[in-house]
Amino acid sequence: MKPAPFKYYVPRSVPEVLSLLNEHGYDAKILAGGQSLVPMMNFRLVQPAVLVDINNIPEMAEIQPHEKGVRLGAMVRHSQAEKDPLIKEKAPLVHETMPKIATVQIRNRGTIGGSLAHADPSAELVVVSTALDARFKIQNLNGERVVPASEFFVGLMVTAMGPEDLLVEVEFPPLPPRSGWSLKEVARRPHDFALVGVAAVVVLDKKDRCKEARLVYLSAGDGPISAPEAAGLLVGEQFTPALATAAAEKASADEIDPGSDIHATADFRRHLANVLTQRALEEAFQRAKGGK
Amino acid sequence: MTYKVIGKRVKRVEDPRLLTGGALFVGDVNLPNMLHAAFVRSDYAHARIISIDTSKAKEIPGVVGVYTAEDMGDAWEPGPPLVSPPPTLENVVFNSRRQVPLVKDKVKHAGEIIAVVVAESRYIAEDAVEEVYVDYEPLPAVVDLEKCLEPGSTLVHEDLDSNLAAHLIQNKGDYEAARQEADLVIKRRFNLDRGAAAAMENRGLVVDWDPKNQHLMVWDATQSPIPIRNGMAARLGLRTHQVRVVAPFVGGGFGPKIMMFYAEEMVLPWLTMKLERPVKWIEDRHENFYATTQEREQIQDVEMALSKDGRILGIKQKIIHDTGAFNPYGLTTPLNTQSHSMGSYDVKNYNSEVTVVFTNKTIVTPVRGAGRPQGIYVVERLLDIACKELALDPREVRRLNFIPPDAFPYDHKIIDQAFTSLVFDSGNYQPAYDLALEKLGYDNFIKEEQPRLRAEGKHVGIGIVPFIETTGVGPYEGARVAIEPSGKVSAATGVGTQGQSHMTSFAQIIAEELGVEVEDVSMVTGDTAEIHWGTGTFASRGAVVAGNAVLAAASDVRLKVIKLASKILETPEDELELDGGLVRVADIPEKSISLGELAVLANPFRGAVEPGTEPGLESTKYFGPEYGATAFGVHGMILEVDSETMMIKIRKYVTVEDCGTMLNPLVVEGQIHGGVSMGIGNCYYEKLHFDENAQLLNASLADYLIPSSMEMPHIEVYHQNTPAPNNKLGTKGVGEAGTIPVPAAFAQALENALPEYELEILETPLSPNRLFELIHKREELT
Amino acid sequence: MENTFNLSVTVNGKSYQQTIDPRTLLSDFLRNDLGLTGTHVGCEHGVCGACTVLLDGKSVRSCLLFAPQVHNQEVLTVEGLGTIDDLHPLQEAFREAHALQCGFCTPGILTTLVPYLEENPNPTEEEIREAISGNLCRCTGYQHIIDAVKLATEKTNT
Repeated sequence: MKPAPFKYYVPRSVPEVLSLLNEHGYDAKILAGGQSLVPMMNFRLVQPAVLVDINNIPEMAEIQPHEKGVRLGAMVRHSQAEKDPLIKEKAPLVHETMPKIATVQIRNRGTIGGSLAHADPSAELVVVSTALDARFKIQNLNGERVVPASEFFVGLMVTAMGPEDLLVEVEFPPLPPRSGWSLKEVARRPHDFALVGVAAVVVLDKKDRCKEARLVYLSAGDGPISAPEAAGLLVGEQFTPALATAAAEKASADEIDPGSDIHATADFRRHLANVLTQRALEEAFQRAKGGK
Repeated sequence: MTYKVIGKRVKRVEDPRLLTGGALFVGDVNLPNMLHAAFVRSDYAHARIISIDTSKAKEIPGVVGVYTAEDMGDAWEPGPPLVSPPPTLENVVFNSRRQVPLVKDKVKHAGEIIAVVVAESRYIAEDAVEEVYVDYEPLPAVVDLEKCLEPGSTLVHEDLDSNLAAHLIQNKGDYEAARQEADLVIKRRFNLDRGAAAAMENRGLVVDWDPKNQHLMVWDATQSPIPIRNGMAARLGLRTHQVRVVAPFVGGGFGPKIMMFYAEEMVLPWLTMKLERPVKWIEDRHENFYATTQEREQIQDVEMALSKDGRILGIKQKIIHDTGAFNPYGLTTPLNTQSHSMGSYDVKNYNSEVTVVFTNKTIVTPVRGAGRPQGIYVVERLLDIACKELALDPREVRRLNFIPPDAFPYDHKIIDQAFTSLVFDSGNYQPAYDLALEKLGYDNFIKEEQPRLRAEGKHVGIGIVPFIETTGVGPYEGARVAIEPSGKVSAATGVGTQGQSHMTSFAQIIAEELGVEVEDVSMVTGDTAEIHWGTGTFASRGAVVAGNAVLAAASDVRLKVIKLASKILETPEDELELDGGLVRVADIPEKSISLGELAVLANPFRGAVEPGTEPGLESTKYFGPEYGATAFGVHGMILEVDSETMMIKIRKYVTVEDCGTMLNPLVVEGQIHGGVSMGIGNCYYEKLHFDENAQLLNASLADYLIPSSMEMPHIEVYHQNTPAPNNKLGTKGVGEAGTIPVPAAFAQALENALPEYELEILETPLSPNRLFELIHKREELT
Repeated sequence: MENTFNLSVTVNGKSYQQTIDPRTLLSDFLRNDLGLTGTHVGCEHGVCGACTVLLDGKSVRSCLLFAPQVHNQEVLTVEGLGTIDDLHPLQEAFREAHALQCGFCTPGILTTLVPYLEENPNPTEEEIREAISGNLCRCTGYQHIIDAVKLATEKTNT
């Protein structure tokens, strides 16, 4: 289990990265945290001819306030995000998500941008960034563009980025007042990829009626799977267990599209999605109302 | 017997090196001029090889050679049988088919070796593996344990008429007659699936042929260095003194590291002799999932006949046992299943048929537990079902059936894995069972805790299962013990060490006998230069067989010490005592001589040699038991299951172990903890998934789930001591005990936690997905 | 060699300069190029944790890093914790509690725990379990490891 040979570059700035990507195109792979890429290289499932290591560009690892929300450089590591007070304050769901991702050694190395660009449908951050309507800042030699999560993830481990593109930043907009959130997942061992998970975000009005809701699922299809119809059932309603059940049933039966593998059949995944949605909604509504 | 050192919680002497990164594992052996091997392994489970093209691989810079079966010429021959079929039974069918070094014509399981690349680094060797092109004719794979016996099935070994690897029937009493008298007959089918040992260290081998010395040096992560040495010498046409095998620190064995010979152990020595350079191969984790042996796959149809008060009148069993593509390990595993299928109970009538089948899967040899968990599983599950049907208290039914303490030695009159009669040497089951019930809080749980928690909506259940473990089988082990002029003791035994703390617990025996400090005993395990005869570490036998050999050698040295000291100190032998590295006269402490001085005197000068003198305070002794020592234990657990997500949490885990005399309780407890963790893996996490093409779908530690610290409960360990009568130490083995009863206890607890679904669990391992299916089926029924 | 990398790195306080193939995994570099074989390799896909080392004080999988990635940085391996004659308090506690059997996973568990205990000097049993959950052990069932951590923290805290 040794990786195939590659040419190794260590650019010191974003422009340098961009010109290397431009030069090598599909031959090049970006090495961020490497916590998904290197295992695949060790199994020789991936054999890039060129590896562009972006671990030596300090400005890519910054966490800054941004329009009442927060923006994270793509090279912010999970463990850095886990402990960051600004993220805890401005994007509490992101803060809460961190310890659920893999193990401490992986979080010490894995990066926010790497996880998002890898676009694994079982990755928590992929789902959470979709639920929070995060915006992705992408650069290439021709300039910069900002893509919302809903357009960033386009398929199974496929994003809106081309081989010449570099994800430089992710912005998490602030949650409105009276928002509540929850991430629930089931994994066979706590740090394994979850069999299924759901991120729920709700915003309530003064009478505790849901103004806005979002439900996004992991390991439930080819990407982060949103359930807008289920979320729509919640709008205008106060929380009741029956309401949560109705939304959960809608989402798990009609809106997600999970596959079967050795750990779980599609049936079991739908069942889990149903159970977790009810639990997530209860927690999200509770939090939005200001309870703990 | 009261001991000063034996039985104490002595800190391990091997630890400082292991803790500081200073212990030598096979992967740490790096020699000048060393080459690295990587193997071209079959992608198919069953395929004919049409052609192999190694030309491109050979052109890669740094590649020294690429070899196939053809290149081995006369050196190509299958591995030896490890264990022959039982000579003591009539009508045994045993078709011996053994693994080969490099595949010649037909691949019989995925991962079998087709070619070997030797290069200047493992990286380059792996580059070259990708450039070897094999043209296959894929064949249908033999996967299913029953279908493979149907007429017309594809054959794993085409020179046989079927996929039958072995067949035997064991009988005790008259089951059919017992059945006639029974008030209740329960018959169920059990599915027991396959898992991996998954030691944290993979296998590995470094070989170095020195042409000038005509000597082969081998470092091998094996449980069995002496047989490896003997076999290598025989295969290579060398004398045994020309081969030295060292099993250095080995990172976990759990059974598969005793398989002999793995293909790699046949190929590498041939390579070093051919190339006259050292060659290293360290198995990677991916290879480990295909190439290292596995276990536990069986289908069993078992019938239990009982009286209405719950007495077991008889058991009838049909076992289909999967041996994978080859059967080098004979019938050890299914014989163990039979030996444990009557559990700890007095069963008068037993009829058991074993059918062993070849499939296109990785070879099966014992994995910690070695057939025993399957036996305990079926007998305990059937008893649980019987208790439900007869509305009896499961505790009372166990009490009724236990072999009573006055019935030992208890001869089952069937043969065990050692081909001797299955005799349980000793035991006292009821008190240990009662202790476990008490420590688990069984009564309180049933009467108070469970109803209270159920009222809170929690699904909690209790399971408690007694079990026996046959341990300490022969043939024999040896030990050499010598006092050096420094006064320190050197000792050696042939068993290898994979974490069992031999360097400490055996040193405790010697320290006890010779009155020295444990730290002053240097115990070598697993080096054929240190001792010539021996077998290996398996079958929970180290403490029993090697331990008693160590005791015998140390006792003999003690006699020599006393005899010589008596002469020097001019004191009768019975007035001497050994303590603090000295021999002294009991009543006159200042009249003494050190062991070091005695050792010097025991090596006589010219002229001082009397006829018949043997130099040195040294002895080599062997111990071979007539039959094994049977340990007993009880495991109980309280678990909670989230009936919506199928996630489980074990809230309490209690074990009571009776392994006779404990050499070191700290070590015994550690063995149990580790055994339980593998057992919990076997309950709910660890399953090898083969598809219809016999392709393994989860060949990584990301998908083959070993319990982590999060899944493991805190384990309470309690002891009972019923010494083994047939060895001086009174020891019984404990290495595998922890794994054996766990799936049976788990199934009982799970059923107990989910009474509304009336589950009947007849398989292991389960998984959240499988539990969901079982619950779902029950929901559909009601 | 055309495709090489000139690596400067400090390991256990000692600086090294070596020219290497850039694809060399850090685990292999430590073991084969520097002879620091205490770092063990159990899976090479980032699951087992045996190869854990400290990179600038943080626990990382050395099988998931290419050696050039530690250029100009500091690595600490198990060999840098204590010596046979002068064990690190955590190593001492591991011995005391019989927290290792075959010892293969032990170096990775020690290197995981050392920075953890610096940040969390008084962990509960549940927290200890979480802290070592990225390190697989096949021998101990983790129980004596947990005992050892408790022992070590009790000693430091008194």
